[in-house]
Amino acid sequence: MSEVLLSVDQVTMQFGGVTALDNVSLHINKGEILGLIGPNGAGKTTCFNVITGVYAPTSGTVTFDDKSLLGLKRFQITKRGIARTFQNIRLFPDMSAVENVMVGVDAHSKTSVVGAILGIPRSRREETESRERAHELLKFIGIDEYAEVAARNLPYGHQRRLEIARALGTNPKLLCLDEPAAGFNPAEKQELNELILKIRDQGYTVLLIEHDMNVVMKISDRIAVLDFGRKIAEGLPHEIRDNPDVIAAYLGVPDDAA
Amino acid sequence: MSHWLIYRTFWDLTVSGIVLGLIYALVALGYTMVYGVLRLINFAHSEIFMVGTFGVLISLTKVFGISLFDDGQYPYRSGFVLVAILVCSIIAAMVVSGAGAIVLERTAYRPLRGAGDAYGAVVLAFLTGLIASFLFSDHIMTNLAIAAVITGPVSFGYVRIFRRGRQAPRLAFLISAIGSSMAMAEAVATWGPEQRSVYTTPRVLEKKVLFNFLGADVRIDYVIVAIGAILMMTSLLLFVNRTRLGRGIRAVAQDAETARILGVNVNSVILVTFLLGGAMAGGAAMMFTLVYDQTRFNIGFLLGVKSFTAAVLGGIGNIKGALLGGIVLGLAENYGSSIFGGQWKDVIAFVVLLTVLMFRPTGILGESLGKARV
Repeated sequence: MSEVLLSVDQVTMQFGGVTALDNVSLHINKGEILGLIGPNGAGKTTCFNVITGVYAPTSGTVTFDDKSLLGLKRFQITKRGIARTFQNIRLFPDMSAVENVMVGVDAHSKTSVVGAILGIPRSRREETESRERAHELLKFIGIDEYAEVAARNLPYGHQRRLEIARALGTNPKLLCLDEPAAGFNPAEKQELNELILKIRDQGYTVLLIEHDMNVVMKISDRIAVLDFGRKIAEGLPHEIRDNPDVIAAYLGVPDDAA
Repeated sequence: MSHWLIYRTFWDLTVSGIVLGLIYALVALGYTMVYGVLRLINFAHSEIFMVGTFGVLISLTKVFGISLFDDGQYPYRSGFVLVAILVCSIIAAMVVSGAGAIVLERTAYRPLRGAGDAYGAVVLAFLTGLIASFLFSDHIMTNLAIAAVITGPVSFGYVRIFRRGRQAPRLAFLISAIGSSMAMAEAVATWGPEQRSVYTTPRVLEKKVLFNFLGADVRIDYVIVAIGAILMMTSLLLFVNRTRLGRGIRAVAQDAETARILGVNVNSVILVTFLLGGAMAGGAAMMFTLVYDQTRFNIGFLLGVKSFTAAVLGGIGNIKGALLGGIVLGLAENYGSSIFGGQWKDVIAFVVLLTVLMFRPTGILGESLGKARV
């Protein structure tokens, strides 16, 4: 098997008396797309939040690149190489598209506060580099012609893409997408599939949370299924499709899986 | 009442109103930027301004050795020396105010956000020791010695408390702001040589009339204030719009949580915001002493309230709003006091505020630091 990038070991997450995650273990290999699915309230987003450092788990460990992520601040987790997008779009509405991406790119800037205020040459150079990198990402994602448009004025689909570009700006090893296809029509979903595959082919590892089975089944290399906070299955897409537990828990009617 | 006065002195009032307004605007920037990133009204900002005026006073009298009340004998022999004195005193004021703002954020606000660190703990511990020392002695050196001894163990305790990382309720920030404001003003009143009376700052230049503008005398100090204020505001806008840290400030102002997830170090963005706001207040402090030749322990209070009014008037959180609000307020005060008499000056300022807020609750230009654009 290939190298493990992120592993979640026996993570339990409790909120008061509610157990949102119950002894969940899963891992993501370098360079793969892992789909994380499950019915509403299964703990997908909680799992996501544990990985991205929003919650500290009640017990268990999260290891990324052979180092524990527990106890790190959120911006430190970003610097380690985990980026995410949001289920409900959270761009900086009054900044232009390119500036939104630059905020992400800036995470790796090395100029000190004093240097930036005095405008030392390195800070100027980094500024230019960061703008160029942002434009590159916008081109990659396919919306560079909207670079100077305020994020709030972009069409919905472009806003979703811009969020992905901004996340890629932080130069992540692992890109976590939280329901990227929400609100998309079939044609847009098709484009998104292509985009995610293209991102994977660039060498990024992708964790994908998605309701839409078409998207998940088509592009995931492996799939993990959560239900009531427990992992009930993990495997290749066709294995998941035929897994009776999954069908019972999540799909309800077998035909839907197609 | 002298209703006719406004007709004869209209342009005079306009010129001095704009100068006053620019000073309000510079101080208002500090309120508005801190509000933008923290959603907090930093009531201690007026004392950051006050500290700046003392920075000017000390740098002029102690560093340059310019003596007080030296009428007719201006301390420069060439324009070059004068410019050097002006530049050095504004830098001194900006450094003192900027440093004051940073200490304020580290000790009074950051621990409340649940992100207190060792620096804040040490300063707080020293202050705690200083206050405790007055139980035993009234001699300043003894007090400092006791405070220094206490600092070590107490700061250790503070660090332990800070580590819990508890976030304080919103009102705690406000109390902390008002408390540190009073503490700073009273500290200056208690330990300053003139205590509660007025300090006269030395005049560094003869206030010659440079030219006439529609019959109004434009003095050299007015010109210096106008140029200085516009330079400072332009560079602030450029900084906020064109640099990485400025982008960080706007990102935090629009959505702090998302900014944090994208790798923005929110605490250092907040620190930079306080530093910039403090530096602007310092610049305002130098210009204030240049025009009015005086300072006092509570000089910041009314000016701070007016500047805050200016920030709200223009739209709090909005950098250009601070400029507009400041100038509108300065003009309204000047025109109003010539129509109704000087004692109505402050009443007029707040009536203008209330009137504008009735029709535009978010201020003339509306809220938003994020929207700030050149």
